[in-house]
Amino acid sequence: MTAWRTAWTAAVILPVAFLAVFFLYPTGTMLWRGIWDGGFDLEGMVEVMTSRRTWLVTGQTLVQAALGTIGAILVGVPGAYILYRCSFPFQKAARALATIPFVLPTVVVGVAFRSLLGRGGTLEFLGLDQTITAVILALVFFNYAVVVRTVGSMWQSLDPQAVQAARTLGASPRRAFLTVTLPQLAPAIASSGAIVFLFCSTSYGLVRTLGSPGYGTLETEIWRQSTSLLDNRTAAILSLLQIVIVIATLLVSERLSSRVGRLNLRNHHTTPLTKGDVIPAGITALTILTLIAAPLLSLIARSFRVGDGWGLENYRLLRTSGTGFAGGATVVEAIGNSLRIGLIATVLSLIIGIPLALVLSRSVRGPAAAGQSVLAGAILLPLGVSAVTVGFGFSIALDSPPLDLRNSPLLVPIAQAVVALPLVVRSLTPTLSAIAPGRREAAATLGASPWRVLATIDGPFLLRGLGVAVGFAYATSLGEFGATSFLARPDNQTLPVMIVRLLGRPGESNYGMAMAGAVVLALLAASIMAAAEAARKDTR
Amino acid sequence: MKKLTVSLAVVAFLGACGSADEEQTVTILTHDSFVLSEDQIAAFEEESGYTLRTIAPGDGGVLVNQLILNRDNPQADGVFGIDTFIVRTVLDEGLLAPYTSPLLPESAADLVVDESLTPIDQGDVCINIDTAWFEDEGMTPPVTLDDLTEYASLLAVIDPETSSPGYAFLAATATAYGDEWEEYWAGLLEGGARVSSGWSDAYYADFSGADGNGPYPLVLSYSSSPAAAEGTSYLPDTCVRQVEYAGVVENAANPEGAQAFIDFMLSDDVQSTIPENMYMYPVNDEVELPDAWQQVAELSDAAIRVDPSQLDRRDLLERFAQLR
Repeated sequence: MTAWRTAWTAAVILPVAFLAVFFLYPTGTMLWRGIWDGGFDLEGMVEVMTSRRTWLVTGQTLVQAALGTIGAILVGVPGAYILYRCSFPFQKAARALATIPFVLPTVVVGVAFRSLLGRGGTLEFLGLDQTITAVILALVFFNYAVVVRTVGSMWQSLDPQAVQAARTLGASPRRAFLTVTLPQLAPAIASSGAIVFLFCSTSYGLVRTLGSPGYGTLETEIWRQSTSLLDNRTAAILSLLQIVIVIATLLVSERLSSRVGRLNLRNHHTTPLTKGDVIPAGITALTILTLIAAPLLSLIARSFRVGDGWGLENYRLLRTSGTGFAGGATVVEAIGNSLRIGLIATVLSLIIGIPLALVLSRSVRGPAAAGQSVLAGAILLPLGVSAVTVGFGFSIALDSPPLDLRNSPLLVPIAQAVVALPLVVRSLTPTLSAIAPGRREAAATLGASPWRVLATIDGPFLLRGLGVAVGFAYATSLGEFGATSFLARPDNQTLPVMIVRLLGRPGESNYGMAMAGAVVLALLAASIMAAAEAARKDTR
Repeated sequence: MKKLTVSLAVVAFLGACGSADEEQTVTILTHDSFVLSEDQIAAFEEESGYTLRTIAPGDGGVLVNQLILNRDNPQADGVFGIDTFIVRTVLDEGLLAPYTSPLLPESAADLVVDESLTPIDQGDVCINIDTAWFEDEGMTPPVTLDDLTEYASLLAVIDPETSSPGYAFLAATATAYGDEWEEYWAGLLEGGARVSSGWSDAYYADFSGADGNGPYPLVLSYSSSPAAAEGTSYLPDTCVRQVEYAGVVENAANPEGAQAFIDFMLSDDVQSTIPENMYMYPVNDEVELPDAWQQVAELSDAAIRVDPSQLDRRDLLERFAQLR
């Protein structure tokens, strides 16, 4: 059993060491530097925590995130029902369409909304450009798929007999839904809600491309404090506040999703659409056609706009670095950089994520179980720490040999791997957890070596989840903006960074090029996700 | 444990790669609008014998904060892109070593503010105007900062907290009006001036000129902007001069390399491509500007010049935040 033990120890230590070196250490150093400036400055902390602006910003962050989450759940739950529990023609296509927004980089989502609501956009007359409403709509757009997928796959596996029994006993469909189905779905809704809330409360690229309306959010305020006011103390205290919010979200979600009894799960139960489904079907059709398709179509249309006419000029210009500027990386080069960096980041996140998922999916008892849930929570932290904190942290913590990574080409892929890791682990763990522990024990009892158990029992399940994990990792890395823009150097500029820079440059074609670049980025992210999912072997 | 040892060894190896050939490399921290052509980089490397590495983590604020945070173990040898409006912090913090390039042209002599900063390029942040709009409406355009109060409802400015031209304009009004700048701004805001969140929002979404269809015929931008937008021009009396400096980082590993880079930035070749590359004006006035610039986008003769030592950035921004 020593080989077993060594292997598992390594499987725990490798990811923990990676997270410690590339996330906790730099972030911690930055926070420490901000708060401990030659001594603990209690007065300074009180000053920040009692400042009106701090609470206005925190308030806006929480309200914005809460409304985004509620919106995503309100349209996402009917969507989950229609797209996963029911069956109808072209369902696969509808599911794919609903999933596209999530794999889109936040910057592209921001650009898509501006092309719809902003100057010359079809919905310009609504006056929503650069408003908090626009941010919330974009958050719902972006996170719709998270709710639909998480709740949908749960709904699909619910045993229909419980609802049938309630109906036989005289419950109306509404009552049966509220008293039977909804409680069973609650953990899935809570779990997806928590992820959506995390994404909403820490979204940076989206809020920034939409013009940071209102007082801004904690994420934009941290950016402003450290880069405009050069006040690292305030930035650090706000970062801590953000981490507290993240931890609270995780605890609430843990609480809500664990309050569930044994569910009788079945595989893939679907029913054809009936007349009774008209309300959820209507909501879902409306959501997909307006909220999802409209910004995408507007983005595509805008990318073909040349002067007063239409054409491919914006796409042709992608071979240049922009009009009115000479030199610098071209957009095509940026696409190459994005693909290459994304590949490295994906490999890194898998090397770290696979052992981690194997560890987290084992059922253990006692102190090991506590350690397991701390680890499960800790890997979500990168989603909740400001990119500017991580970015500055990298430059002050990883600055001397043997860890002088400041000029290393691996810096950006490592940062992206840290960001992608939570999604990789989250997409692998459920399939691995589904393996009955008895199967591994039986194999071991029959004399299989630990490696053989891993290869023959876990292997097939791992392969099944791997497609989605690879897709998520690659798409996340392609779209990552905050940390990348901070660490990017001219020779490894990625496409999202390039798009934001094009948006900020004078010259008539730069806006059109940004739109064309965004369409290319969206196509890349969506097709990588689709290819990875298609490669998935469904053994069921 | 073997895996850990291996992985740490890999990391150590990668780290070692990152810091190799220290002597031949010169690392320059720049803002994210910095551009040199590949030919120019090759020429610099050929002439100086150093390999050029540039890092562009963001705007001027990010650069200065990076310099402050890395003070004890600086990552870069030199820095380019510190502007007039952040000079004071750089000097107060003592982030740079003394060096003024001997190649500094005569025309740049009056731009020198300290022996550790070499002026490389300059520009004017000015109110731009949609001249066609004013002609169509038969209105007389404003001329001075004072006039703007009457035209406030037609004006889009930029948030000084999030954008450097926005802050430049705030600093200009603080210089022009002294203690009364808050009253001036209160007048603008009450009159209906729009505060956009960034330059591109103001110029592309709010401005009526520059192929946009926004509602504001007056917008805060640069004196160089009219070169790229027909039918627009700028108001010379509203301009504020912004100079961008380069310097050698204190405690740098390769200060000679940084000096060579600063000298290179003053060479005729680089100076003459600054308009196209970075949309700024060379500090060498003997270098010819592009034709379009000569027509409509010369530097203002009447630009407001702020005294960097008088600018308390934090105080200005905090008082501005109270006004909104």
